[in-house]
Parts: sequence; structure tokens; C-alpha cells
Amino acid sequence: MKAHAQRLIAARLGLALLTLLLVSAIVFAITGLLPGDAAQQALGQAATPEQVAALRHQFGLDQPALQRYVQWLMHVVSGNFGTSLSNNLPVSELIATRLPNSLVLAGLTALVSVPVALVIGILSAMFRGSLLDRALNVLTLSTVAVPEFLIATIAVLVFAVKLRWLPALSYLSEVTSFGALLRIYAMPVMTLCCVIVAQMARMTRAAVLDQLNASYVEMALLKGASPMRIVLRHVLPNTIGPIANAVALSLSYLFGGVVIVESIFNYPGLASLMVDAVTNRDMPLVQGCVMVFCAAYLALVLIADLCQIISNPRLRQR
Amino acid sequence: MNRPATSHATTVLYAAPDDEARPCADAAPEAPVEAAIVKRSTLRRLVNRFSTLGLIGLVIVVFWLCVAFIGPLVAPYKGGAVTSTEIFGLYSAAHPLGTDYLGRDMLSRVLYGTQYTVGLALASTLLASCIGTFFGLLAAVSGRWVDETLSRLFDALISIPSKVLALVVIAAFGSSVPMLIMVAALAYIPGAFRISRSLAVNLMTLEYVQVAKARGEGLFYIARVEVLPNMIHPMLADFGLRFVFIVLLLSGLSFLGLGVQPPNADWGSLVRENIGGLAEGAPAVLMPAVAIATLTIGVNLLIDSLRRRGARAHGGGK
Repeated sequence: MKAHAQRLIAARLGLALLTLLLVSAIVFAITGLLPGDAAQQALGQAATPEQVAALRHQFGLDQPALQRYVQWLMHVVSGNFGTSLSNNLPVSELIATRLPNSLVLAGLTALVSVPVALVIGILSAMFRGSLLDRALNVLTLSTVAVPEFLIATIAVLVFAVKLRWLPALSYLSEVTSFGALLRIYAMPVMTLCCVIVAQMARMTRAAVLDQLNASYVEMALLKGASPMRIVLRHVLPNTIGPIANAVALSLSYLFGGVVIVESIFNYPGLASLMVDAVTNRDMPLVQGCVMVFCAAYLALVLIADLCQIISNPRLRQR
Repeated sequence: MNRPATSHATTVLYAAPDDEARPCADAAPEAPVEAAIVKRSTLRRLVNRFSTLGLIGLVIVVFWLCVAFIGPLVAPYKGGAVTSTEIFGLYSAAHPLGTDYLGRDMLSRVLYGTQYTVGLALASTLLASCIGTFFGLLAAVSGRWVDETLSRLFDALISIPSKVLALVVIAAFGSSVPMLIMVAALAYIPGAFRISRSLAVNLMTLEYVQVAKARGEGLFYIARVEVLPNMIHPMLADFGLRFVFIVLLLSGLSFLGLGVQPPNADWGSLVRENIGGLAEGAPAVLMPAVAIATLTIGVNLLIDSLRRRGARAHGGGK
């Protein structure tokens, strides 16, 4: 009875894995194959050809590209991203120390932004054309157009410099109490929320509006159900799929925003690790960070897809 | 997203280039001498075409485009010249927008920076849209295998967040002006591909394409003559949106110090350079930020009013 849904889920899983494989090929092609000779770069202009050849052999650069890719992929699958060029620590260790911080930041942002966005989206769909609705429209237009670093700098200017309420940089070692936690996370989370709440609310509104035009809503209205009941009981179960999609899509904007926000607030997360790696051209570290980012993104999209399948009874029963 | 409906909307909306010709014919079909009447009617047509907000957007966009071309000519000082002993100077007659962290005239810096911000973004948007549209058309008119392969590949590319992808490429190849154009284009080709593909796939099902196929026209002819002209309009709106995203991406990169390199500077670099003046609220850090915000909001307003006009025309058409 559930075979159809199971097949769909299996197909989605397979597709996500295939995409991840393609992503790894793209990332390896950009970082490992195209930039030319890493051995020559590492040794500089003055190196003798013998030195270069020796190092090339040590790096395994004298092997064909496909073989290098397969080798690299095997290492990545077993969790070994190589060693960082700048401080000789294993990349996986560096990522393991930073990843939890980024997850906390992303989790807190999701915790704040998702409920706020859903409430705004649903309300503005219910009261279409009202002041709230129009305000949401203007707000989305402007937050989409304003870069994250602008929001972050303005926040620093207002809350850290003028009002002196919050610290301008995030020192996680100072997290001792709940109050300190709030003070340190307030600005990064607020900035990230600014970026995604309007977007998410707008997509939620579109999804709810789409359902409000359906004939079963009219039926419920004629039956005498209250607007609250119509939205909560009839419309929302039908919009779980689209809303999950909207949430996943908006949260994936986080990956872009977090790069800027972590750098500005000097937050010790994965994105600032990656920016440092890019500045130092530390390839193994860059590869590791990108693969983690892409895996997280794909996981998010996959979860949204699964929500859509599971929340649709037509797919469950056939 | 219900696809058939949108396809219907776009075809109804954009398929008729005669909607531009008609008012002209109404105004003065047989009296080309009365240039004044024609001129006034063109003006009125332009005003009718955009809402007030849309007109504001149009003015802002045209203004920045002009500045991008003639900025260096009208700048009061040479781009890199240190002209004042005062750093982070406030607004004055000699320096209308104050001075930066080295005592350079901020107005000149912003005017010179416009070339980079607008020029780079325009170049990479053009590149991304052209390549994306090409592949989108290719996927739509060719067989299932080409379509499937291209779609998978671009899906993989789209699941690397644009900022992260840009960071990877910059880590591998370093940051230079041609590289930045390539990076931004690469990051936004998948989006252009998706939209053009879905538009083209919808158009391919319409009768006149079927007729052309039955006539025995070649695929290239169908793509060029039947499909492409009918998707130009929605692709233009998409072009504007993509331009906004690329402006934000490039200024974000410059803000991280990975974009346009000193002594040249786009608006993002200007914010970064002068971030030290944030505490004093120096115009040097505010002005480039305001410039970015006005440009992106302007483009957004313009697109939004174009879309609204489209929606109204569709409603009226029914």
C-alpha cells in the first residue's frame, strides 16, 4: 500500500546522492585539476625540475585525472579530507571544531525566523490587500535588494556603537549564562533573520493564497466554518509541502548570508573558516568546507521533498 | 507552482509585440508631420506603462547606467588622488561626500567605483543569461537524453550556494576582473537555464510550434524563430533580477576582500576600506552602501512594475 511512496522516497534519495557525486566532481575539477600545477606553486619559481617532479609524485599529481578524482573521492567518503596546508592539522578535525558553532547559529536563526515568517505569511494571505500585506511586499522588495553586510554594519552601528547594548564581535568563550548567550547571538541571528524572514513569509503567503482559492475552502465557508478554522484545519494541512519547500529554499539562503555574517562578527564557524582558507588558498580545507556546505544544502532540499511526499495522502495510499 | 497557468500567462502576455505598435498607430497613423503629438503620446505611453514606483526605479537605473559610463569624466578629482589632509571628513563644498580613510575624495571614489559595480555585474549578467538561455533552449528542443543530462548537471551546480561557489573558484584562480565576471556568470547560469528551459518547454507544446514541426522545420529554426522571440520578455525581467543578485554577490565578495583588488575599488570594497569610519558615522562608509541599496532597489522597483503591468494585461486579456 505504501510501496508507491517508498519508491518515490528511494528515488529522491538516489537523486540527492547522484547530485552530491556530481557536485564533488565539479568541486574537484575546479580546485584540483584546472588551476595548474600545485607542486610548481608550492615550490615557487626557483625550484629545480627534479624538486618539482619529486613533489608532484608525492602529491600524486603525475597520475591521470580520473584516478586522482576517484582516490580523492574515496578519502572524502571515509571522512578524510587531507591535511590543511596552512597549519598541518587534519581538515576533518578543523571542520569538526567549527561545524557545531555554525549549526548552533543556523539552528537559532531557523528557530526565530521560521515561526515569525509563517505567522506573517499566513496572516497576510488571510488579510489580502491589508496594510500588513502591503508592508510585507515593500519589506520583501527592500530586504532582497540590500546586501547582508549592510544590514550587519548598520546593526553594529546602532546596537554596539551608539547604544552599546551588544558586543560587536562574537567571543564564544564568554558564553557562561543564558543572558550572555542571548547578547552574543542577538546580532548575527538578527541579521540572518532579516535576510530570510521576508522571503520566507512571501513564499508562505503565495502557498496559502493558492489554497485559499480552492473550491474546498468555499465549501467550508458555506458550511459556516470560521476563518480561523478554515485556515488551520483545512488550508494548512494542504500547504505543508509548499511551505516546507519555501522554508528549505529560504534557509538555503543562509549559506550565502552566513559567509558574510560570520566574517563580520568574527564568529568562529565553518563559513569564516572557509573564507580564511580561500584567502590563504588552502585547497584541501576549501574542498572540505564546500563539500560540507553542499551536503547540508542537499539534505535540506531532501527533507523538504520528503515532507512534501509524506504530507500528501494521495501519494501515501496509492 | 502550476506551470501550465504561468505558461499561458506568459504567452498571452508576451507573445504579442503588436501591443507596442498599436498605440502608435492610434496616435498618428497618417500624420507623421505632427511630431509633437506623437512625442507626447510616446511620453504618455511610457508613463502609463509604469506605475509611479516603477518610474522612480527607471530613473534610478538610468541614472546609475549613465554614471557608469561618464562617471570618471565628471569626477572632481582623479580616482586615487589624495586630496585632503582630513580623513573620514564630513560633507563639505570641496568634498561633497566627505573623504575616505586616506583623505581621498569620496564622490570621485564612488563615481569611479560605479564602473566596476555596474559594469562587472552587467557583463556577467549578460554572460549568464546568454549561456543559460542557450542551454535552456538546447535542452527544450533536443531529445530526452540531452535534456536530462543538462538538467542534472545544472541541478548539481545550483546546489552549490552561489557565494560558496564563488569562493571556491577564487581560491583556485585568484581574483581578477575577468575572473570575477566568470565567477558571477558561472554562479547564475543554472538559474537562467532553469527559467529559460521551463519557458521553452511550455512553448514547445503550443500549436504553432507543433505546426512548425509538422512542416518539417529543423530544430535550430524552431528554437530561433518560434520559441526564442516568445520568451524574450520574461527573460528580460529575469535578467534584471539576476543583475541584482550579481551586484549583491560581487559587492559581498569585495566586502570580504576577495573581489575587486586595490587600488581599484567597487562599492563593496569602498565599504570595506572605510569600515573604520563606522563608529563616527562617516559618510565614507555610508555613501557606497547607499549607492548599492539605491541601485538594487531601483532595479527591483522597475521589474516589479513590469511584472504588475504584465499581470494586469493578462487579467484584462481575459
